[in-house]
Amino acid sequence: MSAPIRIRPDETFTLNVGPQHPATHGVLRVKMEMDGEYIVNAETVIGYIHRMHEKMGELKTYPQFLMNLSRMDYLGALGYSHGHVLLIEKAAGIEVPERAEYIRAITVELNRIASHLFWFGAFVMDLGGFSPLMYALQDREYILDMLEAVTGSRLTYSYYRFGGLYNDVDDDFIAAARRFIPRMRTSMKKYHKLVTGNIIFKKRLEGIAPLSPEIIRKYGATGAVARGSGINFDVRKNEPYSVYPEFDFDIPVFHECDSLARYKVRMAEIEQSLRIIEQGLDKLPGGPIMPEKKKPIKIAPGDYYQAVETARGSFGIRLVSDGGKTPYRLKLRSPTYSNMHLFDESCRGMLIMDALAFMGSLDLVIPEIDR
Amino acid sequence: MSLTLLNVIVAVFIAIAFAALNAAYLVWAERRGAARIQRRPGPNINGPFGLFQPPLDGVKLMAKQLLIPGDVDKILFMVAPVLAMAPAITSFVTIPFSSHIVGHNMHIGILLVFAFASMGGMALLLAGWSSRNKYSVMSSVRAVSQAIAYEIPMLITAITIVMITGTTDLMGIVKAQTGGFWHWNIFPFKAGLFNPLMLMSFLIFFICSLAETNRAPFDLGEAESELVAGFHTEYGSMGFGLFFMGEYANIVIGASLTTILFLGGWDCPFGLFPGVWWFLLKIYLLIATFIWIRWTFPRTTIYGLLNLSWKILIPASLFNLLLTAGLLKVF
Amino acid sequence: MGAYFSGIFSGLWSLFVGMGITFREFFSPTVTVQYPYETLKMTARYRGHIELIADEEGKPNCVVCGMCEKACPSSCITLAGEKPEGAKKKVLTGYHLDFTKCSLCGSCVESCNFNAIEFSREYNLASTRKEDFHFDLLQRLKDRNS
Ligand code: SF4
Ligand code: SF4
Repeated sequence: MSAPIRIRPDETFTLNVGPQHPATHGVLRVKMEMDGEYIVNAETVIGYIHRMHEKMGELKTYPQFLMNLSRMDYLGALGYSHGHVLLIEKAAGIEVPERAEYIRAITVELNRIASHLFWFGAFVMDLGGFSPLMYALQDREYILDMLEAVTGSRLTYSYYRFGGLYNDVDDDFIAAARRFIPRMRTSMKKYHKLVTGNIIFKKRLEGIAPLSPEIIRKYGATGAVARGSGINFDVRKNEPYSVYPEFDFDIPVFHECDSLARYKVRMAEIEQSLRIIEQGLDKLPGGPIMPEKKKPIKIAPGDYYQAVETARGSFGIRLVSDGGKTPYRLKLRSPTYSNMHLFDESCRGMLIMDALAFMGSLDLVIPEIDR
Repeated sequence: MSLTLLNVIVAVFIAIAFAALNAAYLVWAERRGAARIQRRPGPNINGPFGLFQPPLDGVKLMAKQLLIPGDVDKILFMVAPVLAMAPAITSFVTIPFSSHIVGHNMHIGILLVFAFASMGGMALLLAGWSSRNKYSVMSSVRAVSQAIAYEIPMLITAITIVMITGTTDLMGIVKAQTGGFWHWNIFPFKAGLFNPLMLMSFLIFFICSLAETNRAPFDLGEAESELVAGFHTEYGSMGFGLFFMGEYANIVIGASLTTILFLGGWDCPFGLFPGVWWFLLKIYLLIATFIWIRWTFPRTTIYGLLNLSWKILIPASLFNLLLTAGLLKVF
Repeated sequence: MGAYFSGIFSGLWSLFVGMGITFREFFSPTVTVQYPYETLKMTARYRGHIELIADEEGKPNCVVCGMCEKACPSSCITLAGEKPEGAKKKVLTGYHLDFTKCSLCGSCVESCNFNAIEFSREYNLASTRKEDFHFDLLQRLKDRNS
């Protein structure tokens, strides 16, 4: 028989949430110092699936590194690839045909919706509701089918090439995308009725985990996390790239700063992405999807940077070139890395169930943090 | 004397069989129901409509090795699952399924059922405590505070019914409601008593039975996104199986009690062919609602749950108790 | 006090709205594919592992130029070829794909200028042994031809 447990009133205990825990959705470990159900202190421990993407970037030639970007964030891969190709095109001075750029924008937005849908489902599942996940996955499946038909892959697309695309879209894709837009709008109504309006759901998120704009700035959080705290920052508007200036869309910003605000931002973003897709399909020009003649990538020595807005926030990619075949240094600034780190400070004093709901509202994708 | 004893023993056996059968097939129903709600077919491979799935699952669970982690308090660890199952089965003995089908009718039947129901909370506490797992301990603490918070409004509502019908005998309570659905306690026009709040009482009782049986949205004890699997994290094999069966047996008890107290037991809504089928129909409809609710809503928080009980359900049920007492005096 | 009651009622109402939605879904048709019993056809562009393309005579199109080997970011491809006496072109004698490392990126297919490799539509690949994923594509081509 084991020794009896002696209880001291001021005693705290350590709770290891993760690396394998249903709430962390990946191999993230949170070391929590608990006082009963209250968190005294928390420390996020990362690195369990570090894959050295940055180092690989230094070792591989530019085209060889293309596919790595779709393996950072397995839910919204195209956004990351977009950043990478834009950077190399900028650095090497490659002209991109307009059609390719439109298709990129459309597919990135589709992918953003897919990512938000998955997040929505997983988030509600964190809160204990299962069925919304299944409904969200149905809609997401539609997007994945569309993207699979075009790119040949469901998650790890590696669809963009320097200067253009790997494949052109066909009429089937365009028709499917057009069908998808009204379908998604109906589904959104369903989600709002089933989840957003639900009293239990609201009670769980309203006023929970307020993130002040100061703490957002301190940790450099971006994306829906920042926009849920009243910071109107979206790379697509603030540092326009690609063909985004051509589109008419809004950046949803909420000022409540709580978990519900972050939820609302993402749900509103789905609608905005639909608008972009709609306009993109209308304006889609004809023409080639790759430049006429392929040149080998040659990048003059220098320092290049490109930021894009992915589903999770602002993804930055910085390249230092020494003129060689491979980059001298490639730095990937992943948005979730910054978004996650405010968890440690913000979750103090919270109940564990609120803290895990808060973690869900940050939309963490662990492989993307660890890179 | 010896006849009663025999009666009880036979009843217990039947109750065990009934509970086990129910547990097995309610799991099936739950899985099928959840699947339909989520637009999938659910278990449909083994047998017609997947009907052989539950016995096969049972075989699988029994065939698994019973693991007892090294650090646990062995006796309590083994007792807990039994304790989760046994009271539920015992409660079946006193529940009247029809005017003839009852294991052993008692004058204090309603008290007995409540007494056994509260033992369920103890089973969870023991399971969590003896597991020596932090998640389990947290879960069992939650389960206990939840059980306390929800037994109060449940009992108050039950007392309201006892006052109306004037008996604690479950059989008597049903008999007081015979003769068509307008005589049921859920409706306000019960002869001689016009209490407009009975529907609310029914809702309170229903919510409390959800919470008592640890069903979603009150399944805080096993909130898997926070506490992994709650109090049964360390249980495998049939230990887990017993908890599972206990949960479903408790659901059947909760639905039966709701039926008896509010929906007229085996009474037919139109006064035709009263009998056990009406009782079964009513409890399975209630259970279907349990399942339906589980697959619709997210989970509440522990404080949301306590707030709901202390700030809404208890005052409301107390108010109804007072109102009923007043009305009884007037009419 | 009024807010207290309206809060309760609107909350309760929202719950019924949610239950209405799941009720409707309950009676909608299922949408899943019963996987081992039903399978989906892979799309034309589906990227499986690579396979050699044969010409009319069943000989591989490959001229052993080595472009795919060089393009592959994960070094999965190992080529072997020889130039028989008097022949103009090199002849492929071994095309080894280490599928354990392949990331299905498609660089090899894109880099090939001789239409010699393509993606297969195969996705039911599972094994407990690593060796099962070292493909000898030349052998597979022969098996296909025979
Ligand atoms: S698909 Fe990519 S990783 Fe696989 S063999 Fe071809 S080039 Fe190499
Ligand atoms: S690139 Fe094509 S032709 Fe050249 S070695 Fe590879 S498969 Fe053969």
